[in-house]
Amino acid sequence: MYDVLIIGAGVIGCAVARQIAQYEGKVAVLDKAADVSEGASKANSGIVHAGYDAAPGSEKARLNVKGAAMYPQLCRTLGLPYGQPGALVLAFDEADRAAIEALEAQSLVNGVAGCRLIERDEVLRLEPNVNPAVVCALHVPTSGLVSPYELTHALANAAAYGGVEFQLETEVTGIERADDAWILHTNKGPMKTRAFVNCAGVYGGVLHNMISTRPVRIIPRRGQYYLLDRDEHLPFGMTLFQVPTKMGKGVLISPTTHGNLLIGPTAEDIEDGGDTVTTGLGLSDVLSKAALTWPDINIRSVITNFSGVRAHEVGGDFIIGAVEGAADGAFEAIGIESPGLTAAPAIGEELGIWVAYSLQLPKKRYLREPPPMPKAFSHMSPQEREAAYQQEPEYGRIVCRCETVTEAEVRQAIRQPVGARTLDGVKRRTRAGMGRCQGGFCSPRVVQILCEELGMRPDEVTKFGGDSWLLAGTLDSMGTEDDSHGE
Amino acid sequence: MANERIQVDILVVGAGPAGLAAAISAREAGIERIVVLEREDFQGGILRQCIHNGFGLHRFKVELTGPEYAQRDIDRAAELGIDIRTGVTVLEVSADRHVTAISQQEGLHVYEAGAVILAMGCRERSRGALAIPGTRCSGIFSAGTAQRYVNLEGYMPGRRVVILGSGDIGLIMARRMKLQGAKVLACVELMPYSSGLNRNIVQCLQDYDIPLLLGHTVTDIHGRERLTGVTVSQVDENRKPIPGTEQEFDCDTLLLSVGLIPENELSQGAGVELSGTTSGAVVDNTLQTSVPGIFACGNVLHVHDLVDHVSNEASVAGRAAAAYVQGKAWQGRSLPVQDGAGVRGTVPQRIILPDAPVDFTIDLMFRPVDVFRNQYLVVRADDKVLSCKKHMILTPGEMAVAPLNEKMLEQCRDAKAVTVEISPEKVS
Repeated sequence: MYDVLIIGAGVIGCAVARQIAQYEGKVAVLDKAADVSEGASKANSGIVHAGYDAAPGSEKARLNVKGAAMYPQLCRTLGLPYGQPGALVLAFDEADRAAIEALEAQSLVNGVAGCRLIERDEVLRLEPNVNPAVVCALHVPTSGLVSPYELTHALANAAAYGGVEFQLETEVTGIERADDAWILHTNKGPMKTRAFVNCAGVYGGVLHNMISTRPVRIIPRRGQYYLLDRDEHLPFGMTLFQVPTKMGKGVLISPTTHGNLLIGPTAEDIEDGGDTVTTGLGLSDVLSKAALTWPDINIRSVITNFSGVRAHEVGGDFIIGAVEGAADGAFEAIGIESPGLTAAPAIGEELGIWVAYSLQLPKKRYLREPPPMPKAFSHMSPQEREAAYQQEPEYGRIVCRCETVTEAEVRQAIRQPVGARTLDGVKRRTRAGMGRCQGGFCSPRVVQILCEELGMRPDEVTKFGGDSWLLAGTLDSMGTEDDSHGE
Repeated sequence: MANERIQVDILVVGAGPAGLAAAISAREAGIERIVVLEREDFQGGILRQCIHNGFGLHRFKVELTGPEYAQRDIDRAAELGIDIRTGVTVLEVSADRHVTAISQQEGLHVYEAGAVILAMGCRERSRGALAIPGTRCSGIFSAGTAQRYVNLEGYMPGRRVVILGSGDIGLIMARRMKLQGAKVLACVELMPYSSGLNRNIVQCLQDYDIPLLLGHTVTDIHGRERLTGVTVSQVDENRKPIPGTEQEFDCDTLLLSVGLIPENELSQGAGVELSGTTSGAVVDNTLQTSVPGIFACGNVLHVHDLVDHVSNEASVAGRAAAAYVQGKAWQGRSLPVQDGAGVRGTVPQRIILPDAPVDFTIDLMFRPVDVFRNQYLVVRADDKVLSCKKHMILTPGEMAVAPLNEKMLEQCRDAKAVTVEISPEKVS
């Protein structure tokens, strides 16, 4: 029997797992996808919000501010890039000045330091490419940037290093109370546990309603984005928001930790949480809204578009803790939309402690600290590159030319505690395939390395698990019994 | 790091057809210390996977496959004892021609070169750059990536194929997939004409009854995991999809052949000025870029249709780089070359006219902006018409050439600019 099963290997599930790894106990993280970070955690804005935005007194406000404060140290510990370029919330209409003033006041109530209203001239001094029609802005000096999937992978690796199992391609289909324990029914069979934590993102409401007498409603809300190529001379250095609406923070333009420019998201309520399509309408909506911030908007260097689906709870706040209206040992963190990424370290810490305490799991006497994630070759100095090469000659072989990813890094990504098993898994861990050619050159080589490391055939490699196969079979197999994906 | 810097006369980045031809011509011009760096494990570049024939008709007067064509240059380079290092990736080229490279065998190295020839080739435009909406399933490949899987790895990307774009690689892959047992449902082209060579339309589509849908594009992509289908719509004269014209194709593979982009990240790092129209370096007739001693040739300069032309262009760069190293670089007045009506991306963008009488011909290469039938290709020096030649057809799919011979160049002596244009009328 497990002590704790965590449902969902997104940033929240992995943060909870990393916290619980500090305690004795048999713990596993389950996810229906073939990798961690396959839901909202792989497709969001990657902003560490300062915390001026959430309603005072809400869980969102409290955990946002607490989580944001944890980020600099957390990223140092995990070995992740973290940036703090600051943000501007732009008002283009005198009527919006009041909204900016309200945000400034709210920042003080929420305990966010340094936010202040600045006038047009100062806005344009800070960001000369902003629409000159800007009236004023809230300057948010502590707004930060993180790569959300890199964070999730690092948290998962740390948890696995501490003994937490990861059982992927494992979908929870039912939850049942049995004596003093819970049975989670999955596609891989039933699993018995003393406690579970529902961190299932857009599916969190469905799981909650299986066991609680107090139903919740989670609405999948889709956001579409454009990603632009890396550039040493990006038009903007800071994250640029517009005055928020009831559907969220609106369309932003922001650099990423890797020097790309991100534009989005839309906010579309949809039925199906797995529906991550992009649409012509949505993408043109992103552009037309972003053009208000950036009138000379230039997407000639766009390298991809994507969408993510966030879990919007109709009450508008995070729901965190023991599941109300359910028996003991049921915990959850649901409705985790923005600022969920920012709050994740705080949610993981609080909920992890809560679960461990309620099960009276003893704290480990010796905690195995995972090594920090290795620095990317592309970020190394020439001296660091030479040193890395001396350690591992595979650093001398470039696999992805657009993002300068080496064979050593691809192999490390596969050999991590929660290692890559798919093409997308390698991409999110190393950036191979994330650049301007979108994997055109490196994907055959990555397929080859996956096969070497995992003992697979190329036609067994998938993009992201399930039926997302890449190759139909060998040339000779077409139309024969060996045709592995034949009709 | 190996602290000693490696001194070379000419460093060539890339051992594809351009790099090989450039290195050969530089050696033939008497340069001793030439190093060619190639990131792949083999020489020959993209030709290795182009196993179809049709190469070499202009240069060798025989029809060769891609690997056969490449082998001729590989053999010639070996005969000349040129130092070609494979598995070496160039990380940086500086304006003062210091080239940083890394390999698994030797780690980091810095070369100091008398001249650098950029011959990195091009990459394929991806789905993301087109912003095609839809799901993010597997089964969408650029045509060249699919070609690599089939011809070098021996794997089929899928069984039911739609091809978006009618670039040459897409057309070649339509036939290749068909011959290998896949169903190729259609080739879909946004423009009202194909961007591929006419011979490929005939030999790769028509001969195999593969429909070519001109003025159509893919407007949606279906399939959560593997591709299950695409929606194809007709487009209007502004290339916008027309509602109500949607057709569904049940396919597991979408190949993209929607354009090639010169791969100039290293050039940019060196401060080389790039052209907004070709996406390659701005060069003079010696193929020297805006940075002295750095030359560019082949598909990194502008995307060619035929490798024969790549090789010829690269020979010019090789000889010019040799002359630069030998202190015999061309001196003279710089004359800009401009795109006139109907013309786009003329290379070279500048002509260096020596003071002495000229004894050479310059090929001005460009792409027509549209399909022109029975019109005149005109070259002017200011208002003076240097040449006016009737062409039955000029199309964006085939690079056009306007030669400037010695006599015409002499007529440019006092001109401010040379202009290439397409005219419906004969001019004089």
